[in-house]
Amino acid sequence: MKILIIGAGKVGYNLALVLSQENHDVTIIDNYYEALAKAEENLDVLCIKGNGVSTNVLMEAGIKEADLLIAVTDSDEVNMVCCLTGKKLGAVRTVARIRDPEYARELTILKEQIGLDMVINPEHAAAEEIALNLSFPSAIDVLSFAKGRVKMIELKITEDMPLVGMKLKNLPNRNLHPILIGAVLRDGKAIVPKGDFQIKKDDLIYILGNPSGIMYFLKTCKIVQVKIKNVMVVGAGRIAYYLTQMLSEMGIRLKIVEIDRQKCEEFAELLPDTLIINGDGTDEGLLLSENIGEMDAFISLTGMDEENLIAALVAKQNGAKKVIAKISRMNYMAVIQKLGIDNVICPKLTTTDQILKFVRGNSVETLHRILEGQAEIIELIAKGDSKIINIPLKKLKISKDVIVATIVRKNEIVIPHGNDMIYEDDRVIIISKNSKISELDDLIVESSGGIQVELQNNIKKLGSIINM
Amino acid sequence: MNFRIILRSLGVLLICEAIAMLPSMVVSGVYHDGVMAAFAYTLLIIILSGILLINVKPERRSIYARDGFAIVGFGWILISFFGALPFYLSGAIPSIIDSFFEAISGFTTTGASILNEIESLPEGLLFWRSFTHWIGGMGVLVLTLAILPSIGEGAFQIMKAESPGPSPGKLVPKLGKTAQILYGIYLAITFVQIVLLVAAGMPLFDSCIHTFGTVGTGGFSSKNISVGAYNNIYAEVIITIFMLISGANFSLYYQMMKGNVKALLKDEEFRFYITVVFTSILFITVNLYKYSLYSLGEALRHSSFQVASIITTTGYSTVDFDKWPVFSKMILFFLMFIGGCAGSTGGGIKNIRILLLIKAVKAELMQIIHPRAIYHVRFGGKTVDGKVLSGIKSFFFAYFFIFVTAVFLVSIDGFDMITTLSSVAATLSNIGPGFAMVGPMGNFSQMSVLSKLVLSLTMLIGRLEIYPMLLLTVPSFWRKVNI
Repeated sequence: MKILIIGAGKVGYNLALVLSQENHDVTIIDNYYEALAKAEENLDVLCIKGNGVSTNVLMEAGIKEADLLIAVTDSDEVNMVCCLTGKKLGAVRTVARIRDPEYARELTILKEQIGLDMVINPEHAAAEEIALNLSFPSAIDVLSFAKGRVKMIELKITEDMPLVGMKLKNLPNRNLHPILIGAVLRDGKAIVPKGDFQIKKDDLIYILGNPSGIMYFLKTCKIVQVKIKNVMVVGAGRIAYYLTQMLSEMGIRLKIVEIDRQKCEEFAELLPDTLIINGDGTDEGLLLSENIGEMDAFISLTGMDEENLIAALVAKQNGAKKVIAKISRMNYMAVIQKLGIDNVICPKLTTTDQILKFVRGNSVETLHRILEGQAEIIELIAKGDSKIINIPLKKLKISKDVIVATIVRKNEIVIPHGNDMIYEDDRVIIISKNSKISELDDLIVESSGGIQVELQNNIKKLGSIINM
Repeated sequence: MNFRIILRSLGVLLICEAIAMLPSMVVSGVYHDGVMAAFAYTLLIIILSGILLINVKPERRSIYARDGFAIVGFGWILISFFGALPFYLSGAIPSIIDSFFEAISGFTTTGASILNEIESLPEGLLFWRSFTHWIGGMGVLVLTLAILPSIGEGAFQIMKAESPGPSPGKLVPKLGKTAQILYGIYLAITFVQIVLLVAAGMPLFDSCIHTFGTVGTGGFSSKNISVGAYNNIYAEVIITIFMLISGANFSLYYQMMKGNVKALLKDEEFRFYITVVFTSILFITVNLYKYSLYSLGEALRHSSFQVASIITTTGYSTVDFDKWPVFSKMILFFLMFIGGCAGSTGGGIKNIRILLLIKAVKAELMQIIHPRAIYHVRFGGKTVDGKVLSGIKSFFFAYFFIFVTAVFLVSIDGFDMITTLSSVAATLSNIGPGFAMVGPMGNFSQMSVLSKLVLSLTMLIGRLEIYPMLLLTVPSFWRKVNI
């Protein structure tokens, strides 16, 4: 696919990285030489310096043959105009990042008038992710599939959990409330576990199942679930705005700490029912006086990564039960995980995931990358013409790095075994390592193709042997 | 430095060289010239060393700029060394230094020879000699990039280090595909020229030899007196045109193929290049005619062939231009430094650099007139980044620094000034023949071993545009942890 990305910032760069690795032809346009130079040095993409709104620049970048235009500059207006021009010049589909709440309310009209095929609002998505996380406070991360009927939680194994040392086949109550441990991250490596896999301390495990099943599992494993009632948020930005609305609906009360007086005033006007406090969120004294120790969750959402981390650490030290920090730069994820912060939200990562899902095409319902991008969880809908429906799973030659984690059929949730089959219209949740899957048929290993396929495979093998 | 990935890449490169050597072996077999065994032994050695190197397992797969430069620098030395083996093993060139010189001269598309007698060389070796021009012209590593199905991160560094010009770009987003397109265009040009030369009455084998020499802008011929031996005006015109084509930026041909026919004439560098070519032809023609060496038509014929041959750094000759008047010789001497365009197969400083330097000087002058004014050097309507410009200035200095150093080293041999100066100029800019002793009718065989080594190095330095070779001599480039 020929993809044009306008804006070589963090999201643009990360998208280009993933898309070029998936073998798409990526061209990046940006006005700044420095940003482009980084992409040019590290990625196999074409870089063009210029203004993405300019017709000439778009033509030079080959907009006429482009299948997809993604506008992710820091200005909503530029993104919209880019997409508008791009569409008129021949781009097949367009995606724009639009983050201003003002525009967010008018999205349907915008989409129609500008011809946008997808709008991403990273702040809204981040707020949704935080809200989801608060529903399973003991988990590090919560992902939602099949319109919320299936959830996946990320759990860090600590010493006091009874799960330590247990083999997967000995897990309690498997049949009553089926859950599945789909993937494990141990020492930075992703593992797809089998029945005799033994859980160890410090593993990160990913548990899939329906919400009640997961809840029951956590209860039997003596992992305490606190119902979240009170939340403190530092930083009155767009995420805080969306989050406040979502949490109020869930019946959670929250107070927002913001250092800028004027922003406080604006927020107080926008959200009349919320407590707004004007002060420094990294100030221990202020946090204590606002009884941080009693808070069920503490979320830092300022624009500075460092401040967010410090505030979260201070809060954790003073007894906040769950702390979440927002991070924009993805490079130091590995370091942060050791700090003791329960959860890290990265809006850029969420944005990238959403666009990736869009690129993969219509049959992909949800896409999340887990384990620092080493694995993907994908939700697909089985179509009538798929080659693998109505065949027992054990008879299919499914590639080794892929597991069919869950099948959702109307109101039933199936953790599949060898004899289960996928029917038409089922939602299938798949965990895959190292491979790109955009439809169900990609699951099976090619075996039929005859000489030509054989030859292709051999060339591929040769390529990977002498691959530099 | 990531030594493992460098070794592994070199292994891949050697395998590619082995593949490139196969056609020469076939030719050798077809003509029964008795050097097939030499090729077979060489192939065996190359493949064995290649497999040995490929088995090095790198810890990290990413290639940073300096790894890329190291791969290119070493790669060229290595392929030249192995490329010299057929000459040495077959006994056609008894000295290993001479064989090495000949192979480097081939790969760097120089075309300088240490052979007094070319015509008696076995066909297989003649073919290999010229075929090295063909691969070396577009770049051996670019060939590797084109053949390999998937390449690790940062392979762009390799292409950057090997391709001529100040800031080589890609044609399409994928690097491998860019390399394939370039080689596709290259193949097409090659094929057309072979067909045309055969149509003009040249034997097929000679057509191939001269086509490789032309499109790679190399200059090895199968005749002692080069293209002049045929005295075939059609062939000369064809070769002139194809030399000029090969001296221009190949990405322009891609744009023309994509339907942007005017791209060629709109390109500022191409216009500069053509202007230089035509002005030089005009002056030399008038000069030759005035000295009544030739008739007007003959003067035009020889001057245009020679100008095209020198500016594109090919180095073919139809007549002994060493006997031309000084003015004409001086023009040719300075054309040696200008060379071809960026992204072509030619050598030299490159037209784009000369053009930008002229513009920079102009901006400097304007700055004196209006001290507070802000001037940007523009190229093709776009502002040239200050970094690129200062890079060109240092390049220009480095070029002449290398030139002077090499001249001093060669002057130890005690030849006359013209021979010394032109031999270095002709090798540094990858042309081949210079003037006087190393002129079109002479060769480099009388040089001492030291001079041959120095000139071999200048050829490599010139072809790789200085930095990859120069970096190999910087101590901190070698350290694992460099501060």
